[in-house]
Amino acid sequence: MEENSINSSGRIKGLIQDFGLPRLIITGFLILLLIVAPIVGADLPTQISNIINRFSWNGILVLAMVPMVHSGCGLNFGLPLGIISGLLGATISIELGFTGPVSFFMAVLISTPFAIVFGSLYGWLLNKIKGGEMMIATYVGFSSVSLMCMMWLLLPYHSPNMVWGMAGKGLRTTISLEGYYKEALADILQINIGNLMIPTGAILFFALLAFLMWAFLHTKTGTAMTAVGSNPDFARSAGINVDKIRLISVVMSTWLAAIGILVYEQGFGFIQLYMAPFYMALPAVSAILIGGASVNKASIMNVVIGTILFQGIVTMTPTVMNNMIHLDMSEVIRIIVSNGMILYALTRKTEGSK
Amino acid sequence: MDNAPLLEMRNIKKDFFGNQVLSDINLTLKEGEVIGLAGENGAGKSTLMRILFGSDVIRETGGYGGEVLIQGEKADFQSPFDAIAAGIGMVHQEFSLIPGFTATENILLNRESKKKSVLSELFSDRMDTLDRKDMERRAAEAIQKMGVNIDGSMLINNMPVGHKQFTEIARELSKEQLKILILDEPTAVLTEKEAEALLDSIRGMSRRGIAVIFITHRLHEILEVCDRVVVMRDGVVVGDDPADKTSEANITKLMVGREVSIERVSAEGEEKKPEINEENADIILSIKNLWVDMPGETVRNVNLDVIDGEILGIGGLAGQGKLGIPNGIMGLYDAGGKVVFNGQEIPLNSPRKCLDASIAFVSEDRRGVGLLLDESLEWNISFPAMQVQNKFLKKYLGGLITWRDDRAIHEVTKKYIDELQIKCTGTRQKAKELSGGNQQKVCLAKAFALGPKLLFVSEPTRGIDVGAKKLVLEALKSFNRDNGVTVVMISSELNELKATCDRIAIVSGGRIAGTLPATVPVEALGTLMISQVV
Repeated sequence: MEENSINSSGRIKGLIQDFGLPRLIITGFLILLLIVAPIVGADLPTQISNIINRFSWNGILVLAMVPMVHSGCGLNFGLPLGIISGLLGATISIELGFTGPVSFFMAVLISTPFAIVFGSLYGWLLNKIKGGEMMIATYVGFSSVSLMCMMWLLLPYHSPNMVWGMAGKGLRTTISLEGYYKEALADILQINIGNLMIPTGAILFFALLAFLMWAFLHTKTGTAMTAVGSNPDFARSAGINVDKIRLISVVMSTWLAAIGILVYEQGFGFIQLYMAPFYMALPAVSAILIGGASVNKASIMNVVIGTILFQGIVTMTPTVMNNMIHLDMSEVIRIIVSNGMILYALTRKTEGSK
Repeated sequence: MDNAPLLEMRNIKKDFFGNQVLSDINLTLKEGEVIGLAGENGAGKSTLMRILFGSDVIRETGGYGGEVLIQGEKADFQSPFDAIAAGIGMVHQEFSLIPGFTATENILLNRESKKKSVLSELFSDRMDTLDRKDMERRAAEAIQKMGVNIDGSMLINNMPVGHKQFTEIARELSKEQLKILILDEPTAVLTEKEAEALLDSIRGMSRRGIAVIFITHRLHEILEVCDRVVVMRDGVVVGDDPADKTSEANITKLMVGREVSIERVSAEGEEKKPEINEENADIILSIKNLWVDMPGETVRNVNLDVIDGEILGIGGLAGQGKLGIPNGIMGLYDAGGKVVFNGQEIPLNSPRKCLDASIAFVSEDRRGVGLLLDESLEWNISFPAMQVQNKFLKKYLGGLITWRDDRAIHEVTKKYIDELQIKCTGTRQKAKELSGGNQQKVCLAKAFALGPKLLFVSEPTRGIDVGAKKLVLEALKSFNRDNGVTVVMISSELNELKATCDRIAIVSGGRIAGTLPATVPVEALGTLMISQVV
């Protein structure tokens, strides 16, 4: 009996350790915000819809971190590269005149070859600089965004919905998706109860990709990918072509980022060009870190929990604060909170033993 | 004059995390005396010298027991600086010189002759200028003490290795307070002629009253230059004789001749293996002109035949290339030459090709190469077999999807845990949580799961306790006996090789110095070990 009680208290301790104290604190904070929200006068169903919505927008971008973490390439700070593939797909699909949900499907289709080509080049580069992946990835992200800033102006787009009105050429910074694929996924099987709105389709789409990722990690190649990330020397001595596996992971990550941004846009309702991709990598990195992933270990659960926690805090804090002090400071608070979370997440970055 | 010896080390003890590496070492050194320190790798020579030199490593790992007395006074060095101040100089195996500086600058680094200038009067002596002339004089003096000819103005990176070594020694000699000089394998990189010159300079130092502790594997050098020879083995001093009363054979015997702790077992009921007959045996693996570029374990030119069904031991001193042989064949380091296995030539530099040909390898670098530390035992044991031979996989959609068969993996892991008596909490435990011995068993299980025809095992007993050692060696023997698998075992421990193997090949200087039956006395192997040392 005595042993049993020791065991159960030990098990609780073990669980806490597994879940991680920081995650516990963040979860506690989020629950606190949810409790405080109705008290200070914010509408709880709207808030919850907000969190679910933002989860459905961002989930896939966070999921895009998983393959590269597994193969030991670290966190994909080069996410903007994949996002740019997605943006090319989106703009070309519109340029070609597709409308409605079809334009979403075409955008996915068109962005795929871009993601594969960009991802391969990016992967080839990362294989040349093993050990410094995250630093180089960051700069790949930066420079690809800068290059595309010029390209968005120079590429021969003509669709009147996308180009600057006066000049008749060069893409606008923000393009509305009204009439194209706005809420293309979110509208499928959407549930509306009062103020509570659940974008079922988008969540199912995330679930499908997450399932495919989970399944992939259970295949022979997926197992090899995890082993490469865990110990590349071990993998090499077991006859694995380490560079090839890493390349596959980078292409997968880049493609998921492309799909991720399209899903983000369908929820958000706008395509954002120029510097916008620049700001997408850090929240995704932070979300997966808060979800409990380390630099070379990440699971689907890390993605789900991390996205909910990160997006939850980022959306709830400004609303609750605004309602408490009756001053519209939401943008300021949002920036402080989201960057604070990013900073915090990066300090939590841990590496497995080598 | 004081009667106390220059240096006295009393009952020195040292353990690294409970692993006793030195026990009750007593050593005395008189002024001007030259003692040679001999012993196999891992005998504790370097640790003892580190204690004397006040190395940080020693303090960080919990200090040492016993005391060090310098001229009768207890010394307690907190850092190498204290040791240097007390008159101890050390020349390490690796060079610690600045490549872009001249010999003179290196010799007098941080002890330069300085001239006052206006700036240094105004600010501090950090602004002094260098007195190049005086520096040259002092450096030349130090070089001259060694009795060799080195150009003080030559840049280190333009120097031949020998000159670098002399520069290091000159740096120590230029310290006025120098009383004891430790030379850790200084001749390892020297040509014979340079080594000769070094020995001369050691004699010269001794005449000037500097005591020298000389560590080397070249035993004839010890006999030539030293007054006394101290032999260490397993952290104990096993011999302390005047040089003229001992011989190379004697020292070798002391170095390797420990009590045979693992006896050659042929228990009752066990089938006696037929004697290996070298003349008409089937050669399963033939290695021709193998070179391997493995840092610190360079293989220069190895020719070796492995007989089908035997356990071949490969022994030799560290750094002579014995580890390079399996690592090179398995494609983990750049290699060249010709390797024929089972009548087929194996392409080098491709781990996959070797594995496909049914050769498996248990690496000496258990934590670095051998294991997925962060993964479960299941993964560790099944991974290579899964990837190379498609074992433990289920196929769906006509082979389009190859799914990991976790149940089969669990079964095989359980089987090996029972068979090899791996102590763990379950098949899902992470490999990093196991002790060294159990980790080694996991590595073996991983190789066994591949069902190889030939198994390379590199240092299977390094860093594991006696009980686990015995189990690991037994497992290898029964794997060889029951499955007819040829085993090539590389180990630094001659007695282990003798107890386990049928034949033993000794590597020296990146070449096979000879292959002998395991029944020959250990001295014969010891002599081969140092025959071609470079």
